[in-house]
Parts: sequence; structure tokens; C-alpha cells
Amino acid sequence: MGGSPLFTEQEWDFPSLDRVYREIEKIAVEDLKLDVYPSQIEIISSEQMLDAYSSLGMPLMYSHWSFGKLFAREEQLYRHGYSALAYEIVINSSPCISYLLEENTMTMQALVIAHAAFGHNHFFKNNYLFRQWTNAEGILDYLAFAKRYISACEDRHGRAEVEAVLDSAHALMEHGVFRYRRPPKPSKERVLEKRRRRMEHEEESRNELWRTLPAGIDPPAAPPTIDPEEDFGSEMKLPEENILYLLEKYSPGLRPWQRELIRIVRSLAQYFYPQRQTKVMNEGCATFVHHTIMHMLYDRGLITEGSLLEFLHSHTGVIYQPDFNDPRWNGFNPYALGFGMMADIRRICETPSAEDRDWFPQIAGSQDWMGALSDAWANYRDESFIEQFLSPRLMREFRLFELHDKAGDESCRVSAIHDESGYRRIRSSLARQYDVGLTDPNIQVADADLKGNRKLRLVHLMHRGIPLHAKTRDLVCTHLERLWGHEVVLEEADGGQ
Amino acid sequence: MRLPVMSYFIDRRLNPKGKSLANRQRFLRRARAQIRESVQKSLKEAGVADIGKDRKVRISTKGTKEPRFRLDPKAGGERDFVLPGNKEFVPGDEIRKPRWGEDGGRGKEAADSGDGEDDFEFTMTQDEILQIFFEDLELPNLVRTSLKETPRKSWRRAGLTTSGPPTQINLVRTMRNAFGRRLALKRPRAADIEILQARLDALERVTLQTEETRSEILALKEELARAIARRKWIAFIDPVDVRFNAFAEQPVPASRAVMFCLMDVSGSMGEREKDLAKRFYMLLHLFLKRRYDRVDIVFVRHTHDAQEVDEHEFFYSRQSGGTIVSSALEKMLEIQKERYTTADWNIYAAQASDGYTQSGDARHCAEMLNGEIMPLCQYYAYIEILDEREMEVFANEDSGAELWRAYRTVSALWPNFATKRIARPSDIFPVFHELFKKSEIA
Repeated sequence: MGGSPLFTEQEWDFPSLDRVYREIEKIAVEDLKLDVYPSQIEIISSEQMLDAYSSLGMPLMYSHWSFGKLFAREEQLYRHGYSALAYEIVINSSPCISYLLEENTMTMQALVIAHAAFGHNHFFKNNYLFRQWTNAEGILDYLAFAKRYISACEDRHGRAEVEAVLDSAHALMEHGVFRYRRPPKPSKERVLEKRRRRMEHEEESRNELWRTLPAGIDPPAAPPTIDPEEDFGSEMKLPEENILYLLEKYSPGLRPWQRELIRIVRSLAQYFYPQRQTKVMNEGCATFVHHTIMHMLYDRGLITEGSLLEFLHSHTGVIYQPDFNDPRWNGFNPYALGFGMMADIRRICETPSAEDRDWFPQIAGSQDWMGALSDAWANYRDESFIEQFLSPRLMREFRLFELHDKAGDESCRVSAIHDESGYRRIRSSLARQYDVGLTDPNIQVADADLKGNRKLRLVHLMHRGIPLHAKTRDLVCTHLERLWGHEVVLEEADGGQ
Repeated sequence: MRLPVMSYFIDRRLNPKGKSLANRQRFLRRARAQIRESVQKSLKEAGVADIGKDRKVRISTKGTKEPRFRLDPKAGGERDFVLPGNKEFVPGDEIRKPRWGEDGGRGKEAADSGDGEDDFEFTMTQDEILQIFFEDLELPNLVRTSLKETPRKSWRRAGLTTSGPPTQINLVRTMRNAFGRRLALKRPRAADIEILQARLDALERVTLQTEETRSEILALKEELARAIARRKWIAFIDPVDVRFNAFAEQPVPASRAVMFCLMDVSGSMGEREKDLAKRFYMLLHLFLKRRYDRVDIVFVRHTHDAQEVDEHEFFYSRQSGGTIVSSALEKMLEIQKERYTTADWNIYAAQASDGYTQSGDARHCAEMLNGEIMPLCQYYAYIEILDEREMEVFANEDSGAELWRAYRTVSALWPNFATKRIARPSDIFPVFHELFKKSEIA
């Protein structure tokens, strides 16, 4: 197809990066019709990559010892060669920031640009969970606010005090998200109105929430998450699954700045929640995009055969799925599963078998694989994606089987394998494995006796009789008591199937 | 086609590193107890020369736990899960559960630790280790000695001045002053002049000039000339704007101290004992070097007679002979008289010995201590190095070899005389810690 290679050297430089970026962009936008945020690509050193790891991949983050612990651990693993560094980190923000490691070769930089700046970027911008729950434009401002606010609190109230609240809030981070409620985004007017009321209130009362914000720090106008019931002092609605929200709003003894800290942790939890639900899809989307783009670059003569081979070598490493009894087994590889399923969707659209026509009548043979994938990327999460699109052929390829495990039994029973009678069962079972609502314990605040002894009663609704891990439960409850200020009890209850 | 996406590359590699340093410090502070325990343990195996090097530290996650609610499928209930890589199973097969949990991926969390987190290892620098090691230690009874010598001085920020060396220009203040002055004196901005010029140009380009335009041109020219002149008169930065950072000298009260390290290297001290003694001094040496930049250290080793040696000799050379402990005390006195007058110096001594000396010498030592040395000393630590068998025999503080018993009488008289025993490498740090605990003996 003509065209001379964009680069032939192993080492990258900025002019080649720019050339490659433009070609990739052309393919991504014109051929694949990807819809992305503007990109900002930053080249960083390995040390900065470690820094980024330890702040949850965000470019800025408040200070806390747990991030130092993470850094120490990652650094040791890296220095001793147990783990390689990621080639990239990408942030769900607008502009979408991708970090590229300086040690990558030119081929790897091309791969990584396709993967992060277009694959992940498209997914962030289009997937319904991210659209609904995160505010890509606001997150960096919000983090800057959080960092400043927390350090101001440390100056004012002491580091130990601040650390105690953050420790406790971190312990409950997974229970600081709204799973099901889908609040509408408040309009600009509503935000302003709220602010105005806040100011008025401030004049009236000295105990108001915002009065004690350290001077000069206003919370940003648009925090990344939106609460359904923003109004302070409204009636408590029980049961409540968002424990941090309940503590922030109703915990009797907290001071205003402590509530704000909880709110920061809660906002972060909500920001990361879509990522937890779309690991397979997010990585699958990015991997599928880089795979497609790299091949198109090669087809157009824009990269050399050597580059293609280097890319394939790295790509096969990324999507390798060890078997369950392999010493390298560490759960399902989201890259492998995601890429496998998406490549399979393309195959089903292009060259379906009779079986595919049976299972996927809507898309089989349609030829519009990009349409099918765009729809999947926009409207599914891991659980529903697997339930909808995992094909019998892929189940055979992965040689999937299902085990039934009952606590106390000596052995597990094989309940289904990759055969005609097992496909549907395996598919649903795997989908449930990716349902965060089922894999996270379902804990709700059942009762809070605010007028009486202020006892907080939580219930863990057990899924199929699986209880909480006793030791960690007690530790977390201690944290919960610290934030609530009064007795907390946690009961196990049967939550049904 | 115009692509809707814009992008740019940023080279961040030159950005400051160590963004997570603050977090690391917080973490080290948090894990202090575990780190201390772990370093102490590893000091046991370390050679003398390795003390105070960067080292790997393995700590338990106790104290830095981050608990979360999680499910425990081993405790009850039932579940189904899917795995890849079936080779031989058919429905109905039974598979024995492996010991560490069924789901290999979660194997770790089912381990005995029960909290799903393993111990973990990381590398600490010498500085970080020493910081933690010595953080609540100090030389007891350190007093400010008379300042005969010119006291030490240090530089301290002292606001701003109007004169100074160019390297100390305070740019922010200077520019702020200049800006204020320019505003106050209404210095025309470059943009203002450009506007005037542009208007003038436009008018001059008009081919048919009326009387009106001509007079306007004149007025503009005049105004322009005024503006340009004004810009010339009113400097962008005037000497009156310039500010310099000022520094003032401040005398620092000096408290000078000397530490005498007296070590027995006689034949009765076996390799093990010598090694223990050296480790103790190594620790002491590091502590003093780190905490007190103005501490002199005098190394004295003795067999049947004593010599002053340098650091290297002291720690690394081998020598052997009989034992006369008092020879070291005499040497110490001699050096003290010669170089370290009590008026100027805080005097400390640490002595290590196996407790054996020529018969009769112990009493002589005690007399010297009581009569001459202790009145001079701020603090005197005696460390007796025993083997483990002896440690059991002498479990009672009162029983011991001749020197020990003699020194007990000294410590009864002088509260600033401390005696301790060491039998194992693991004793060193606790003993050290006890000897130099912050403000115990005031």
C-alpha cells in the first residue's frame, strides 16, 4: 500500500513520536471512528513511573503513609526484577493524560500511544459508567483541592488527627460508593444556588460546615461525583449502602473538616468505581485498538517488519493466559479475556460459523464489527459484557470449566465444562465473577439510633451463605467506630441466592 | 480533513523526582516499631563494617495494616467459580482442595497471616535507618560550657536590604516594587505605544489629508514622543526597586563534648567479645557523628598498657596481651588533662571490657574513678561483655567478676555512672538505647 516507514531506529525521539501519533490518530479517528478526549502525552522516567504507581496512577494526590508503603513495595519488586514496570499509565481526565516510559523502544511507544491515548481514551469517553459517574474535566482540579485541603488540615489540626480520619475512611473506601442510585447531574444554577444558600447559612450559624475550611480554599465548583441528596440535614434514608456517605452526613461527633476528609475519600472511591467494574472491557478495548492499529500501520507500510515482530512479541506476552494449575496463574488476565472476546466479536461479524449465527443472530455476519464493538464499549460493563458476548468458541479456546465449592468440604465438584450443556452455565457464572456487587460484601447500614444510645447497626447480607472474614471485619469495625463515635454492631444476615 | 483531536507531548523526565518522598517518610514513621525490630535483628548478622550501611529491611505489616471488609469462603457458604485450562475434567469430577485455598489467585489471602497481606521487604538508606535508630537518644547531662573560644556562628535570614551582592537579589520583591512604581508613575506600556503608533500610521497613510487629520497627526506625534520619552525616564526596573535577601550572623552556643572510648583488647577477650565491643562502639560512633557534629571522639585501647589510636586502628586492627584496665583510665586522664579541660568540654566515657583484669587492679580502677575521673565526667558507661553462660550465672546484677563488683560500688556513689552487660549481639541495641535514653539522669 505504499508509504515509507515512519521510523527505522530502535530509539525514539520527539519528531518520530509526533509522526507516529499523527498516523495513529488518522487511523483511529477516520478508520476506526474512535471518539476521544484531547490527548496529552507525557514522557516520564522509571522513577516517576513508580511515583505515579504509588499515587493510584494520578498525577497528584494528597499525602498519606499508605502511598509510601505502596511505593516501597513496588520499588522493591521492580528493583529486584520481580515485576516490570507498566509501559504506560493513563488517566481518565480531559485532556486524557498518558504517561509513557522513557525506556520504551520506538515500536513500544507507538503501541502504547495506540493503546492508551486512543484505546483507553475512547473507552473513558464513551462507556456509560464513566459518563455517568465520573467527571473527567473536574478530577484534576478536585485532586488539587483535596491535596491543598488535607495539607491545610494537617497544619491546623495535626498530622496524627488527619491521618486517623483518613485511615478509617480508607478502610471503608469500597463502601463509599453509590452502586444503584443514578442521580441527575445538577445544573450550573443549582450549584450556584447551593453555594448561595451555603453563604447565607454561614452568616447565620457558626457551626456551619464550610466555615472551618482553611482560609482561601474553596471546594471546586464541580466535584467529580454528585450526591443524590446534597442537602445537609435531610432525613436519613435507611438502609444505606454507602457507609462513608452516611458517616459524612450523619455521624454525630465529627467536626466539619473531618466530614470533608471523608467526602474526599468517598469522591475518589466513586471516581474509581467504574474502573473496577470494567477492567476486562477497558483493557480489552485498549488492547484490541492497539492490535488493530499496529496491523494497519504495517499494512500501509508505515512500520517495518521488524517493528511488527517486536510488537507481536510484546502483545502475545500481554495477552497470555496461564492455566489454573500453572505456577504463573494469578487469576484471569483481563487483557487476555477482553482482547479475546473483542477479537471474537470481529470474527463473528466477519466470518461467522453456524454456531455463531445461533448464538449471536444480531451481529453474526453483519460485517460491521466496529459498530458492534462501539456499542459494546459504550453500553456494557464486564459483567453484562461477558453475559452477552462470551462465545462457545472462546470458552473452548480458554477451556473454561466451573467448580462448585462448599466450605468445609474436602473437595470441589466440577459442575460444568466447555461443552454443549455447560456453555450457558459457565458464561453466567463467569459474568457473576465480574459483578462487583457480588464480589464485594454487601453491607448496609440498617439502623442508626440518633435519638437514643446512637448505636449504629450494620447488616452484611450474605450471598449464598459466605460470611465476612472475621479478623478483618473486627479491624474495620474499629475504624467504623472511630468515625461514628459510638458503638457499632455488624450482623450477618441471609441475603439469599 | 481537519482532525478534531489535538495532542501534545510533554517531556516530564526533568521534573523533580522523589514526589513520593513525603509519603515514604510518613510510612517510615508509621512503621517505626517494626523497622526498629527488624533492623536490630539484621544487625545481629551484619559484620562490624556493615553497620550503618543501606540495607534491606523486612517488616511485618503490623501497624501498617489496611484492613478491608472481605468475604471468607472458607468459613461458610458455597460458591461457583470458573477457571481456564481444563484438560481432563468432566462434570461430576471431584477435585481435592489444595491446602492454600481453592482459587490459586487468592491463595495468598487465605494464608495464615489472615489479613491477606504478607510481610514485605524494602530497602532503607543508612540515613533513614539511623534517623529511626537514634531519634530519641541523646548524650545525657550535656551542658553549655564556658565560651572561651569564639563561639560558632551561623547565618540566619534577616529580611531584606537595599544593598547586597547580585547573587542575593530577591526577584519577587524587586519586581513587585518595580511594578508598583511603574503603576504609580503611569509609565506607558509597550502596548500603549503600539496603539498610538498604529493610529498614527493609519492616519499618515490617508492620502488626502484634511486640516483635521493633519492636526490630529501632530497631536499624536506629540503624544507618542511624550510616551516614548516617559518610558525612557521611568525605568522598567529602577535601582530603588531592587531588594536583596539579607542574612545576619548569629552566634550558636557551643556545647563541646568529647567521648572517650576505652576498649579492652587483651587476650582474655575472645574474637566474639571483641566483635561485640566493636559493634557497640560502632553504634556509638555513628550516633555521635550523626547527632553531634562537634563531638570529639578519642579511641583508647588497652591490654596491659594503653594507647590512643585512630578510628581505623581501633575498629580493625588486632592486638593481644595481658590486661590492666587501669592503664586505660590513666591514659584517658592524661589525654583529658592535655587537651580537654573541663571548663570547655563535656566529658563522656564508654568503656568495654570482659571484666577480667589483674588482681587488685579493679580496686585501683574504682579508686581512680571515684577520686579523679567521675568528678570530671558528665556520664560514664561501662559495658561488660560476657558469654552467654556467664550471663546466666550472673543473672543477678550484684554478682559478677572483680571489676564488675568494684564498678558497682562506683555506680552506687555516682548517678551518672552506668553499668550494663552484653552477651549477645541482640543485646547491643537495647543496652545502647537504655544508656542514651533522652533525659533520664538530669
